[in-house]
Amino acid sequence: MNFIPISEQERDKMLEVIGKGIQELFSAIPEDLQLKTPLNFPSPLSELEVKREVQKLEKNNRELIHFAGGGIYDHYIPSVLKHITGRPEFYTAYTPYQPEVSQGTLQAMFEYQSMISDLTGMEVANASIYDGATALSEAVCMAIAVKKRKKVVLSEGINPHYLRVIKTYLRGSYPIEMIPLKGGFSEIDTKKIDKETACVVIQHPNYLGNLEEVSSFVEKAKSVGALSILSFDPISLAILKTPGEFDVDIATAEGQSLGIPMSLGGAHLGIFTTKRKFIRKMPGRLAGQTVDNEGRVGYVMVLQTREQHIRRERATSNICTNQQLCALSAALYLSVMGCEGLKEVANQTTQKAHYLAKQLKNANFKLPYNKNNKRFFREFVVRIPYGAKRAIDSGLKKGYLVGIDLGKFKKEWENNLLISVTEKRTKAEIDNLVEILSKAG
Amino acid sequence: MKILEDLLYTEDHEWIRKENSEVIEGITDYAQSELQDIIYLELPEVGAEVKQGEPIGSIEAVKAVSDLYAGVSGKIVEVNSELEEKPELINKDPYEAGWIVKIEPSDPDELNTLLEPSEYRELIEKEE
Repeated sequence: MNFIPISEQERDKMLEVIGKGIQELFSAIPEDLQLKTPLNFPSPLSELEVKREVQKLEKNNRELIHFAGGGIYDHYIPSVLKHITGRPEFYTAYTPYQPEVSQGTLQAMFEYQSMISDLTGMEVANASIYDGATALSEAVCMAIAVKKRKKVVLSEGINPHYLRVIKTYLRGSYPIEMIPLKGGFSEIDTKKIDKETACVVIQHPNYLGNLEEVSSFVEKAKSVGALSILSFDPISLAILKTPGEFDVDIATAEGQSLGIPMSLGGAHLGIFTTKRKFIRKMPGRLAGQTVDNEGRVGYVMVLQTREQHIRRERATSNICTNQQLCALSAALYLSVMGCEGLKEVANQTTQKAHYLAKQLKNANFKLPYNKNNKRFFREFVVRIPYGAKRAIDSGLKKGYLVGIDLGKFKKEWENNLLISVTEKRTKAEIDNLVEILSKAG
Repeated sequence: MKILEDLLYTEDHEWIRKENSEVIEGITDYAQSELQDIIYLELPEVGAEVKQGEPIGSIEAVKAVSDLYAGVSGKIVEVNSELEEKPELINKDPYEAGWIVKIEPSDPDELNTLLEPSEYRELIEKEE
């Protein structure tokens, strides 16, 4: 295939054939949105020059010690993962779905779905969608389609980025009620959840790291016939109650922590699970196991009639693809770690997080949303009297990313730093962090 | 293609049978043969108010999904629960065992807007 763009002569020839000027072809775009000047790009470079340029940029990369999370976490990735995901059969920009040529890919999808289903205790998992934010937004749309109701009730404890994506999806066409946080926990407000409500959405652990009272939300949603939706942390499920045990209707997550590197803007992994009875309203692709005409086990895409290419405008979702390479990484991660390995990761993560919280308290920091110091998994908020931004700046000087400045989301969260821990952090790093934060003031 | 003389039809290939104060609705022999193997139905809830010509459910075959439209406005009084386990009844016997919903019409005059058997025959001859 030729990726060299057409020349100006070729373009003029094409326009001559159709008998139109280039301006005419763009007439559907409003005048004020049209770019009248050429894009401000530097002139073309040779391969060698490009390489030099990229190497120069690469030098700006810094290996930091991460205490920032907020949905993306610095877990260890076993090196076997990149050897398998890097195989050319898997490492392709295009996800091959044809069963005649893609048994490996389809089986990997099926295994991924089965493992996610086991991990979450949910009956059905799809072959993945883009990321945690889209997974949760698609869940909301699915609930609206299932219940044929309009109102959506969201907890303020949901990742603020996810909330923005949900609001973009709903585009003001559906009424949204927010459940406020009180002392860092969602405060159930029975008046807001009523017979008009399509779904009640909660994140657990919530964005501030706290473990929510999920059961009471599930019960409340049930009592008015609404669906309950839970956004979870996949690593936490090794030691916390699963979405299946809470009996939620839809459970979604960002799957990056399962063997996928942290990178700005992704590619990440949207985990999507639900109950079997909702399978026909579920977005995304689904692989199934079957037998061929000689009785041999094989894998195919199933229930495609749900999807947009067949169902057109009546489909629940416009998503007709999945994050295959990331889903494969997650399946590999789960099989390499196993049940015990995953428990070990979760236990170390939570114990180190609690150790850090304790050390910060001993150093006279206040943890405004963790008065009893118990109900959090890996993440918590610490008040920085001299300002979160200054803490972050002084951390960077020492090679530490000390956390997320919550003040950028809400006025009431000013001077609060969201700190997150994984199994990768050593005692020395944790103690250093306490020292950095103590001295930065 | 079987077209029964004692039924009324819609342009979307549903049939309507008057039965006392209710009407029974299903899809025609032509519709089931076009869809082929039907594997799942999404049906309205009993008690739901429906409007003539609006989608009230969907019929899923192996390679296509088709909406089911209300032949008349009114209230759903019964759905054929046997289809849940045996959706293939629509393929086997579209006019009897494969009936889909019963509606209590709110406006009996709407029946006059439906197609007579001869008109429906013309319609599918054109489509073929």
